Amino acid sequence: MSFFVETLVGGLLAGVMYSLVAIGFVLVFKASGVFNFAQGSMVLCAALTFVTLRDKGLDFWLAALITLSVMVALGIAVERVVLRPLVNRPQITLFMATLGVSFVIEGVAQIVMGASVHELDLGIVDTPIEIGGVQVSQFDLAAAGTAGLLVIALSIFFNKTRVGIALRAIADDPQAALSIGIRLQTLWQIVWGVAGFVSLIAGLLWGARQGVQFALTLVVLKALPVLIIGGFTSIAGAIVGGLIVGAGDSLAEIYLGSLLGGSVSTWFAYVLAVAFLLVRPAGLFGEAPIERI
Amino acid sequence: MTTSKFLEVDNIEVLYSQAILALRGVSLRVEEGYIVALLGANGAGKTTTLKAISNLLGSERGHLSRGSITWRGEITGTLDPADLVARGVVQVLEGRHIFHQLTVEENLLSGGFVRRPSHRELTNDLERIYNWFPRLKQRRGVRCGLTSGGEQQMVAIGRAMMTRPTLVLLDEPSMGLAPIIVEEIFHIIRDLNRNEGVSFLLAEQNAHLVLQFADHGYVLENGRVAASGTAAELAGRDDVAEFYLGTAAAGSAAAEPIQTPVA
Repeated sequence: MSFFVETLVGGLLAGVMYSLVAIGFVLVFKASGVFNFAQGSMVLCAALTFVTLRDKGLDFWLAALITLSVMVALGIAVERVVLRPLVNRPQITLFMATLGVSFVIEGVAQIVMGASVHELDLGIVDTPIEIGGVQVSQFDLAAAGTAGLLVIALSIFFNKTRVGIALRAIADDPQAALSIGIRLQTLWQIVWGVAGFVSLIAGLLWGARQGVQFALTLVVLKALPVLIIGGFTSIAGAIVGGLIVGAGDSLAEIYLGSLLGGSVSTWFAYVLAVAFLLVRPAGLFGEAPIERI
Repeated sequence: MTTSKFLEVDNIEVLYSQAILALRGVSLRVEEGYIVALLGANGAGKTTTLKAISNLLGSERGHLSRGSITWRGEITGTLDPADLVARGVVQVLEGRHIFHQLTVEENLLSGGFVRRPSHRELTNDLERIYNWFPRLKQRRGVRCGLTSGGEQQMVAIGRAMMTRPTLVLLDEPSMGLAPIIVEEIFHIIRDLNRNEGVSFLLAEQNAHLVLQFADHGYVLENGRVAASGTAAELAGRDDVAEFYLGTAAAGSAAAEPIQTPVA
């Protein structure tokens, strides 16, 4: 029994890491309807920038601050240079554009900062601690705590602030938002800036977990089932989706993996996602369109 | 045409996608404090005219290819839609276009942001709207997509009023609403006009109804102004029925008091 609980808790905490990446997608998708494939390279770029600055001997917080400005600037630049000229184009065009952006960011980041694998030390000791008879990784706990704080901050931002309400308004009906004087472009820049910030958090945690390397961009692929399960438009959904994927992955690996001969976790999340698509296409917390009949 | 200090539309042409000429020389003016009706059949150019005034053509790949629009003496061509809203011109789009996923109150609040008001001002303005539309106060926490068509039209008008406009461009407020709701909405428009001094440019197909409330009217046909005059003059002219219905055999349909499709 305690083994089961341990697997479950470990999975849930690992799932939070996926959620962190998924939140970045949700932000941009909610406000502009763009599925930003470049989110993964933004995560890589954040981690790489931070690690390079640290290797040059910069102080932790100074490096974090510089990386934050780089990421926010990058987000705003992508909006300004790539997406704004494409406004009112079909969604697939915008998606393809972010796909292109993703390769550019990856390429440039590696030219500037090199392609070797870097160690990233956030100063969190990763010795397991025992809580109620269950071994839990401290690092995973810290990651989960960070994600929790991020979600609280973002939900206050979206529900209580004027910028947040305006962003939801734009997501709902851009034409109407324009008609009452909401400045779409300013707000899109804000949301891309916030997405840059979120990718910094995700980049640091993933970088510390896996080492900063090219493969970091592939977390995008793991975020996809999280989004499908949780819903593309809900930050809470990104968290719950992450938890489901994380728990499902590690439980399936242990209990199904032994039956099927291993490596269940590479595909289990996608099977879950497909099941959700069949039953609940908007995802658990996604905004199902309200239609008048 | 003498220079007006309010809204002046001078001989404008609008092109969509560089190819489709939607307006072919429309001129009209709105004086401060007036309700002006813009009549015409489907496709006559009412919506295009309103969007040209509010600078919302860009998002539909349309643009002003000739003529000019002047608001309080300033050519509006290069202004951002938001700048125009900040200067007091706001459009209520056809089909209401409320934010479905936001609550009624959030919908209304979103209209106030353009002025960057203090928290207290925003709350006061919200109360003002609730005074005009008491029903919205009861529904304040409901997601707007779940409210009735009439309530949504009230939200759309209330949201526009939150920008504290001096001129409201109202596109087909009667669309898809029951006649009794339409009457109610037109009475509110008249109250806003009389008590708050808000001017309206009102696009409507329902000429009989709108001419009861308007001071002045223009009839559009195929992207041109086909007739204009005071509301009383237009209401008295038989050919107006022809213009806005697009046929000569308009007698029966036009004589009906209020014929609006019910949602």
